[in-house]
Amino acid sequence: MSFHLAGLHRAAVAGLTLCLGLAVLQGPVQAQAADSDIIEVVSDRGVVAWLKQEPSIPMIAVSAIWRDGGAVSDPAALTGRANLVSGLLDEGAGDLDSQAFQQRLDDLAVRLSFDAGRDSFSLSLQTLTANAAEAFRLTGQALTSPRFDDEPVERIRRQILTGIARSAQDPNSIAGRLFSSLAYGDDPYGRPVEGTLETVAAIGPDDLRDFVAQRLARNNLIIGVVGDVSPEALKDLLDAAFGSLPERAVPLGLGDVSMQPERGLTVSDFPTSQTSFIFGLPGLKRDDPDYDAARVMNHMLGGGGFSSLLTEEVREKRGLTYGIYSYLRPSDRDGLWLGGLSTSNDRAAEAWQVLRETIREYAETGPDAERLANAKANMNGAFPLRLTSNKGIAGLLVALQRYDLGKDYVARRPELINAVTIDDVKRVARRILDLDGMLAVAVGQPVGLATGQ
Amino acid sequence: MSRVPLPTPASTPARLPLLALLLLLPLLLIWPVDRASAGLFNAETFRLDNGMEVVVIPDHRAPVVVHMVWYRLGSADEPVGRSGVAHFLEHLLFKGTDKIAPGDFSKIVAANGGRDNAFTSLDYTGYFQTIARDRLELVMEMEADRMVNLRLDENDVATERDVVLEERRQRTDSTPQGQFGEQARAALFLQHPYGRPVIGWQEEIEKLSLEDAMAFYKRYYAPNNAILIVAGDITAADLKPLAEKYYGVIPANPDTVVEPLPLEPPHRAARRVLHSDPRVAVTSWQRQYLADSIGWGERSRSAPLNFLSEILGGGSTSRLYRALVVDQGIAVSAGAWYSGVSRGPGNFGLYATPAPDTDVAAVEAAMDAALAEIIANGVTEAELERARTGLLADAIYARDSLFTGARIFGNALTAGATVDDVESWPDRVRAVTSEDVVEAARAVFRMERSVTAILSPEEKS
Repeated sequence: MSFHLAGLHRAAVAGLTLCLGLAVLQGPVQAQAADSDIIEVVSDRGVVAWLKQEPSIPMIAVSAIWRDGGAVSDPAALTGRANLVSGLLDEGAGDLDSQAFQQRLDDLAVRLSFDAGRDSFSLSLQTLTANAAEAFRLTGQALTSPRFDDEPVERIRRQILTGIARSAQDPNSIAGRLFSSLAYGDDPYGRPVEGTLETVAAIGPDDLRDFVAQRLARNNLIIGVVGDVSPEALKDLLDAAFGSLPERAVPLGLGDVSMQPERGLTVSDFPTSQTSFIFGLPGLKRDDPDYDAARVMNHMLGGGGFSSLLTEEVREKRGLTYGIYSYLRPSDRDGLWLGGLSTSNDRAAEAWQVLRETIREYAETGPDAERLANAKANMNGAFPLRLTSNKGIAGLLVALQRYDLGKDYVARRPELINAVTIDDVKRVARRILDLDGMLAVAVGQPVGLATGQ
Repeated sequence: MSRVPLPTPASTPARLPLLALLLLLPLLLIWPVDRASAGLFNAETFRLDNGMEVVVIPDHRAPVVVHMVWYRLGSADEPVGRSGVAHFLEHLLFKGTDKIAPGDFSKIVAANGGRDNAFTSLDYTGYFQTIARDRLELVMEMEADRMVNLRLDENDVATERDVVLEERRQRTDSTPQGQFGEQARAALFLQHPYGRPVIGWQEEIEKLSLEDAMAFYKRYYAPNNAILIVAGDITAADLKPLAEKYYGVIPANPDTVVEPLPLEPPHRAARRVLHSDPRVAVTSWQRQYLADSIGWGERSRSAPLNFLSEILGGGSTSRLYRALVVDQGIAVSAGAWYSGVSRGPGNFGLYATPAPDTDVAAVEAAMDAALAEIIANGVTEAELERARTGLLADAIYARDSLFTGARIFGNALTAGATVDDVESWPDRVRAVTSEDVVEAARAVFRMERSVTAILSPEEKS
């Protein structure tokens, strides 16, 4: 669709965070989705899914992930393998070659896609209720008997290589890759999910088959389903799609990891009028007892859009940027607190200084009571807003299982947020917001900023 | 990403700022926005005495509403020399009124658990909040207030102008694709304001003043030029008294008249845009044709053009992808788009990324061959039915998002369509024949009404 339909937007809030490759779990939940609305369905073959029935639209939305199936499972020399597989599972399976498989999906208006994140491999399926049986059967074929024919493998490989070449010319992509590499070095977290020109070229068909055999199993699978389907009917559908997967994934054997000790600012020269910053500090994993306090803390600093301090200071008062944001990124093996902004080269030094001063002052003094109250009200009120779609709720059902939050999390969450005190926020701000330990990258031609500053 | 994100060249730079819009973007890219279904949304509509239109899209899945006010004016209505003023004013509407202190609008929405934002396009400017049903009155009161009571000072204007200049850098100037899209779009029109970038030219944004913004505001922001759209846990019967209480009391402004858009004179020469930039890593090719839309040319071609777009370039079973990417291997991506929900000319676009070591001329020749083939031999029944199935299913999937439904109606109404037009879209989809598709292809694929644009690393001669 052309430019003008998308329109221009006033706010830049969360978009740029995507360049680091992992969606943030902000824990969205549908308000009145009491735990009794969520049903655990176990199929005859033992496939487990959480279901929320929603009969008002004749469609079904499925979200699923395989833990340890993301880029973290890529051997170093084959970085980008999970991502390449994600582009190929719907390119032919069983008796159907690429074109036949795609036509079958189109004929039934089935929307099936796969994605490789850092930690997990994920599936998204939307189907009309009337076509559900065939949609789940095709999904099962894609997962258990993908063909990996030469033609689609080479075609999708070329697309990925083109994307890598293109993103090497995009300041935000450059910044994201540079940051990950400086933060984690040789660890899998330091490598790009899409791989590099060399590693993607090196991936062979057997490597793809190894991935499917080792990673797409039942014991690391989490499923959420929302839509016009009964628990009984869902059992058969689950078996059709997931019932034939191997019982166990091969363990990865990776332990936790931490950001590298060398921090500070790295400037990377790129010929453009704006400088793109990404900055970060060690954060928290999702199961940290301080996680909710950290979430409230971050909301006030840079996670709350127009009500956040960083937006007030850098954008509203000084006009230094179109968008500045920060967020917590918990992952399976580490947690980070991250942020970013873009600003014109000639004002980059000023923006950098205002950013640091704002963080420093917040870490020292914390919020006032009114700001905290408003932040809690926003977090609790906005929570259900993001879950007005079947697709969104399906993703939530996966997150609830992934982080072991329980079916009653929906009901408990407001209490968890409301229980955070000013002292909690100050404590966690001091714990996280240590400017001396900040790692940052600036891609552009910032005037008055240099590596090491 | 399971696939490399190769954006259609005419689309907004891949990274749209707001999360809500990010979620919406795939819909917009794939689904032309006038797709809906009879009885699917079950929208209700009425008009207030002051002329303000109201559309209600009931959806009771969650106790949430999306509240939007759309003004029937966009960047195409800007005075010459003031490009960007519509979008600039949209930013400034968050600066305050007698009742709301500067910057407090969004904070009040946030403190009440809501989310808000705004958007500007060629034909419209819109403001919205997503919020719990029991806070709807609050945002209606605030939105009605800023329709006529905006207060600005010079400092607000200067700071926000810097923000918009940063937005322009981020969106358009920081990547060669952004500038390329702007140049191609400008070349498509001889004098029509659709050729100007919505955000404005940098040199003109820099000169926008408080007076420019206020003049635009006073002339166009009035209930008789606005549409209220509420989607979610509400009915028309419940909304009507609230709409009358908050919006109905604002007097109509008789001076608010949106002038017809300037005509676009006949095009007599095909144009080429050769844009090179050392930052470019991968060559891109695109072509855009002027196309019939809701408000321009033959409106009845709109549905057939959606079919044409699907059949030619709607995904990996489409003709262009199949021919250029799969069979010939001369491109890594290829596709088409159609944009026809507008007052003025729509556009039909084709795009491809040549494979490494492939001459872009070979890609262009293959494109031309695919177009000639469809005009000479038509489309198959299987292609027609696959496109029809997809278009009808899209209408059902569109109901899964409150925001999408509201946006579909706002977009259609500001382009000159009616609520009934949106609701009866599936009927028009069902009626399309293969002859209609070929007729539309003949009408649109005329080189003299096209721009062919190439973005490359090196100088082209």
